[in-house]
Amino acid sequence: MSLTLENLSRIVDGVDYIRNASLTFEAGSFNVLLGRTLAGKTSLMRLMAGLDKPTEGRLIYNGEDVTGQSVQRRNISMIYQQFINYPNLSVYENIASPLRLAKMPSSEIDRRVKETAAMLRIEPLLKRFPLELSGGQQQRTAMARALVKDATLVLFDEPLVNLDYKLREELRAELRDLFRERQCIAVYATTEANEALALGGTTTLLHQGQVVQSGPVMDVYRKPVNTLAAQLFSEPPMNLIRGRVSDTELSFDEDTRHALTQELADLQPGEYWFGIRPSHIALKPANDDDLEVPVQVALSEISGSETFMHVESRHFEMVTQLMGVHQYHTGAPISVYLPINKLFVFDTHEQLVHTPSQVSGRGV
Amino acid sequence: MKQARSKNVGITVFIILLLTPVYWLLNMSFKTNQEILGGLTMWPENFTLQNYVVIFTDPSWYNGYLNSMAYVTINVIITLLVALPAAYAFSRYKFLGDKHLFFWLLSNRMAPPAVFLLPFFQLYSSIGLFDTHIAVALAHCLFNVPLAVWILEGFMKGVPREYDEMAYIDGYSFPKFFVKVFLPMIRSGIGVTAFFAFMFSWVELLLARTLTSVDAQPIGAIMTRTIGASGIDWGVLAAAGVLTIIPGLLVIWFVRNHVAKGFALGRV
Repeated sequence: MSLTLENLSRIVDGVDYIRNASLTFEAGSFNVLLGRTLAGKTSLMRLMAGLDKPTEGRLIYNGEDVTGQSVQRRNISMIYQQFINYPNLSVYENIASPLRLAKMPSSEIDRRVKETAAMLRIEPLLKRFPLELSGGQQQRTAMARALVKDATLVLFDEPLVNLDYKLREELRAELRDLFRERQCIAVYATTEANEALALGGTTTLLHQGQVVQSGPVMDVYRKPVNTLAAQLFSEPPMNLIRGRVSDTELSFDEDTRHALTQELADLQPGEYWFGIRPSHIALKPANDDDLEVPVQVALSEISGSETFMHVESRHFEMVTQLMGVHQYHTGAPISVYLPINKLFVFDTHEQLVHTPSQVSGRGV
Repeated sequence: MKQARSKNVGITVFIILLLTPVYWLLNMSFKTNQEILGGLTMWPENFTLQNYVVIFTDPSWYNGYLNSMAYVTINVIITLLVALPAAYAFSRYKFLGDKHLFFWLLSNRMAPPAVFLLPFFQLYSSIGLFDTHIAVALAHCLFNVPLAVWILEGFMKGVPREYDEMAYIDGYSFPKFFVKVFLPMIRSGIGVTAFFAFMFSWVELLLARTLTSVDAQPIGAIMTRTIGASGIDWGVLAAAGVLTIIPGLLVIWFVRNHVAKGFALGRV
């Protein structure tokens, strides 16, 4: 069982919503679509659901072309960002509605509704109406309705965005467990890189309607094919610094240079983009060979127990993600330290040429 | 305290002013013609129900009510049946000239009914619809359908498209979705629309009178033709007026909450 998208495009009024997307989703897989707002996540899902018709390309399910098939005839479910339930039906009837339409015997409906409600822990609420529930409970009801009917394709369109932080963490963890045993294709759209990492499975990066990269989540995270993929899958986005490599050293500008390590020795002399994740930059050297970069503080944002510090020098700027609360005055000259073994290297066409090895303990 | 009392006084005076004509009508309907013409009495001195008895026993009177109710009901049903799909299309689909069509519909209401009098009269006479209930109901649709489409479109736009899609995903066909899921969601809108269609059709006199003669004559027309040999029968006329107000009161009582919602949505 698998769903294949063949060169799928959707163009509305001359605007590309989705351009030439080719992907394959296997049964029992959990797939995350990661991209910024307007990247085409929802458009792609709507094409997969059959709610929109592609301008070009085909949708193939188990070897059968299902491109023009109506939504009613496909066995899919979708969960929206807004909490969408039938307002005039009780929670029980909401969950039962797809089964009733499938003309299932009522004893079977009752069994399934109770089972699904128990799974999502909304059993005590079955007699209530959706608008009497909290946001989290409403979304659980929507999920129960989506899961009760054994759909072959379950689409989540940023389902947790409208929930508070705590509920989001909780539901996300449960969601992953719910799908471990199922043989359906789950597709989950999100704008948050961290959510994609937490959910695991397969990650597909989307940008302006195009698929940038697709693969198992850790492969995509560790080996971004180009600078765009690297920036999409990093929160805050990966820092990119223009620099050059000579026979013996790499340099960002006249002041910032470092002898080539064994790892980087294979690089041909020339211009490159160097990428470094904000969380890898430190205020103190962690290793002897860390690259010291003199910079000025541009902005220091404190977010909970972390500090996002924007720093700049004459030729480039960077964001650093620091643990704890750090306060610096704007314009204060400081030094930040870049672990040389964590550098990603991209060529001038922004394609990946070097990935850092995972030697030290802090991960990539 | 003082402020509250002066406010109450103001409201009381206002309501008294508003209700005086209604009270006077009620007052007259329980008086005899001699008393009405005799002098000023604040309440009926010789209380009588004779005026109402006349209306409920004389077919030329009560048929007026039956005729009015018949064409109003037909009109409300036709208006809703036509306006619901139209409003759905305007709220959900984009098509060539949709905005112009929507505005054109509204502009139908801008012409006074008298403008359409002659064409309707001539048309209905030539196809044999003259003096039938359906004739009046159809003529009133010209004014009610645009208003109904406009009100309903506002309510339908308030329902996110995701509800439609959710229903299709669950397996609803379009007609089933429309009747079982969508209509219950906009029921206050339907209530408000039905109320406005009723109100227009119930009080409209010009078209209703011109397009009918005997068989479908509305109560309004009968009320204007009560001058007999002995002059105007004031008491019966007043009783007829009271009875004409009652259906309006009933309808407004049932939709009062929905109308408030309609005002809040800015469409009424």
